[in-house]
Amino acid sequence: MSMTRRLFGGTALAAMTLSAGMATAQDDPLRIALVVKALGIGFFEAAAEGAEQAAEELGNVEIIYTGPTDTTAEGQIEVINALIAQQVDAIAVSANDTDALVPALKKAMQRGITVISWDSGVAPEGRELHLNPSSNPLIGNMIIKLAADHLPDGGEVAVLSASATATNQNTWIAEMEKVLGDYPGIEVVATVYGDDLADKSYREAQGLMQAHPDLAAIIAPTSVGIVAAAQAVEDAGKIGEVNVTGLGLPSEMAGAIASGASKSFAIWNPIDLGYSATMLAYQLATDQAEAAPGAEIDMGRMGTLTLDDNTEGAMADPFVYDASNIDQFKDIF
Amino acid sequence: MSVGARHIPDRMHSPAARLLRRWETLLLAVAIGIFIANSLASPYFLNAWNLSDATFNFTEKAMIAFAMALLIIAGEIDLSVAAIVALASTAMGAAAEAGAGVPVLVLVGLGTGLICGAINGVLVTGLGLPSIVVTIGTMSLFRGIAYIVLGDQVYKAYPPEFAVFGQGYVWWVISVELALFAVLAVIYGVLLHRTSFGRAVYAIGNNPTGALFSGIRVARVKFVLFLLTGLMSGVAAVCLTSRLGSTRPSIAFAWELEVVTMVVLGGVNILGGSGSIPGVVLAAVVLGLVTFGLGLLNVPGIVMSIFVGLLLIGVIALPRLWAMGRR
Repeated sequence: MSMTRRLFGGTALAAMTLSAGMATAQDDPLRIALVVKALGIGFFEAAAEGAEQAAEELGNVEIIYTGPTDTTAEGQIEVINALIAQQVDAIAVSANDTDALVPALKKAMQRGITVISWDSGVAPEGRELHLNPSSNPLIGNMIIKLAADHLPDGGEVAVLSASATATNQNTWIAEMEKVLGDYPGIEVVATVYGDDLADKSYREAQGLMQAHPDLAAIIAPTSVGIVAAAQAVEDAGKIGEVNVTGLGLPSEMAGAIASGASKSFAIWNPIDLGYSATMLAYQLATDQAEAAPGAEIDMGRMGTLTLDDNTEGAMADPFVYDASNIDQFKDIF
Repeated sequence: MSVGARHIPDRMHSPAARLLRRWETLLLAVAIGIFIANSLASPYFLNAWNLSDATFNFTEKAMIAFAMALLIIAGEIDLSVAAIVALASTAMGAAAEAGAGVPVLVLVGLGTGLICGAINGVLVTGLGLPSIVVTIGTMSLFRGIAYIVLGDQVYKAYPPEFAVFGQGYVWWVISVELALFAVLAVIYGVLLHRTSFGRAVYAIGNNPTGALFSGIRVARVKFVLFLLTGLMSGVAAVCLTSRLGSTRPSIAFAWELEVVTMVVLGGVNILGGSGSIPGVVLAAVVLGLVTFGLGLLNVPGIVMSIFVGLLLIGVIALPRLWAMGRR
């Protein structure tokens, strides 16, 4: 059948394969390929674990976890070609290149395969939707909330950012300032820049504590700054007085959580990301949802994904890591 | 010389020619074996369109490998080929941003390849520097320029018609790239095995001093070979850029090793002097079939690399062991 199917071209083919795909979905397992940037990276192994959780919950779903050896677009295209040949039902890809994958993924869609991107996106013409781990407003809110949660009576907080020109950090800080009113008593007394250099971030954190003796928290929305700030607090003997929080990696922050320099911090959860990507691919591949601007698509335990005008959506608040779960994640990423 | 050797009875073959003959037979057997194994292992393998898709795994690299085979037979090597692809692609991208049409883009791609090849050629033949050192240097130089021009940016203003080279089909499942691969295989086969230029290449590889004293213009032949390798990198750049529809400086990263692997697996002596184009064609097909077949089984890439490594060592070691056993 596949031979005759491929003799036809264009959109008629897409319609045919779509109906054929649905017919087989009831008998054979639905095959969802989770294509990652490269194999052997803890973050993606965790995402694959999340995908398996989703498959178990959905039932009759087979996860194909695959990716190239190096993080190259050419390698990913070879993997995608092999998946097209196997007539998988859906491809969920974290792309090595926003643009180079587009022709290969377009071909996949023409042959009736559902294509979504997650984590690292593909240009809109090469996928049906893109799943962002979080969004700028959610991150901006989360970093101030992390500080406020441990300051019920309010207090002085300061921001230790990356460089003054870092787009991501500036956006998050601006979003944080928008929601400051929701956290009464919290006062942002300074914003300093460590340029994502460990030693400079460390000195800036020291300076913050000297200039503001009543400082209660340092918010560092950068994985370099947060580690350096935690070290500075520990070395100054101010554990318990100054809480370091922000965005960091569990593997690098495990020590700070153990020492108490940081009570909690946040970053996306790769398990949830793999789980959500699988749920979305399933919804689209089984025609239970359609990827269009404004659509709301079910993601199981992660709620629903609302698509914007670029058919992109944000999964959730950044995931909070603290003493209760750091051991589970510190070996992952 | 191996060309004439075909018409001479078996006993009189030089050991090298015997090895060569057996090499291609062995490769053909390996190719057929892998084809059968793949058909048995995956229900998706024996499908004209899937096999057609699989050819994209090797066509572009094989185009470079043809010219590289001649270069290695002549006792030189060019490790800058992947970087030339990157630079040629970057030049095409810049031209496309400036509004160039398809013919101009192709000329820019091939022209960049030729210029890069000429730089390598001048450094090696003009200054008498070792090619491995020169091309390790130009490898960084060419890709470095691509990185300086593009940084983390992308060129993707290619006109829609440009897609024909990497995404178009000549007839049914025969892609433009596959057709080009076949035509180039014939051209390089004739060039190496049926012309005096080809005989000069073998002569230089076997004994450059002897070749010089027998009237072969060694430096000029080598310079032409570097030009050809640059040109073929330009051709590969046109195809790959067209297939990806975009250019980033990391394009074709580390392809030089895959191209050299293809040439060596094809039976070309890495020290020069022997080898054949049919061998390189077979090696390209074998490598393409292996990666695609393992891909269909969703074998992780690292296992695939191990398999390719074992294949390379196995195919190279087997004839040696055979010869030792018969001695």
